[in-house]
Amino acid sequence: MALTKAEVAEHLFEKVGLSKRDAKDMVEMFFEEIRETLESGDQVKLSGFGNFDLRQKSERPGRNPKTGEDIPILARKVVTFRPGQKLKSRVEDGNAE
Amino acid sequence: MTKSELIERLADKLDHLSAKDVEKSIKEILELMVGSLAKGDRIEIRGFGSFSLHYRAPRVGRNPKTGESVELSGKYVPHFKPGKELRERVNLSAA
Repeated sequence: MALTKAEVAEHLFEKVGLSKRDAKDMVEMFFEEIRETLESGDQVKLSGFGNFDLRQKSERPGRNPKTGEDIPILARKVVTFRPGQKLKSRVEDGNAE
Repeated sequence: MTKSELIERLADKLDHLSAKDVEKSIKEILELMVGSLAKGDRIEIRGFGSFSLHYRAPRVGRNPKTGESVELSGKYVPHFKPGKELRERVNLSAA
């Protein structure tokens, strides 16, 4: 089972007492604010959760897997996530073998 | 942008809500996400990305100070895969 925006909104309705409308807007804006920040080229640091960083990738040779044709993979910027210590240890402890 | 800056920005935009409720909401969202991964559930946010767990096999590590070998058990680590919209928006600003 996966956590989705709808469930996050429902949780805010129950735990914080926001209206359903506000809860939905809050969830939407939470993720949009992070996207906008990354889009503007800034890092996002959420203590206890993790950091979203940007990495510049240079162009490298690639290939179309269907046709076998050589095509360069263009230089681009990618988002990487580094989990914070609290998230790492909660995941490790919660999913111990 | 830090967590407190995120709280400020959302409080500015959602100005009919109290700053306290905005702060509480953001903390609840993050705690819910941590709790979800801690119990082994994925997180799927359309247009943003998904968080899942990746398994790391057991291995023999070494204490860098003493050189002694230590058995490290297998474990799960959180992994984020950016969604299509996030990938495209971040990349547009690079082009």
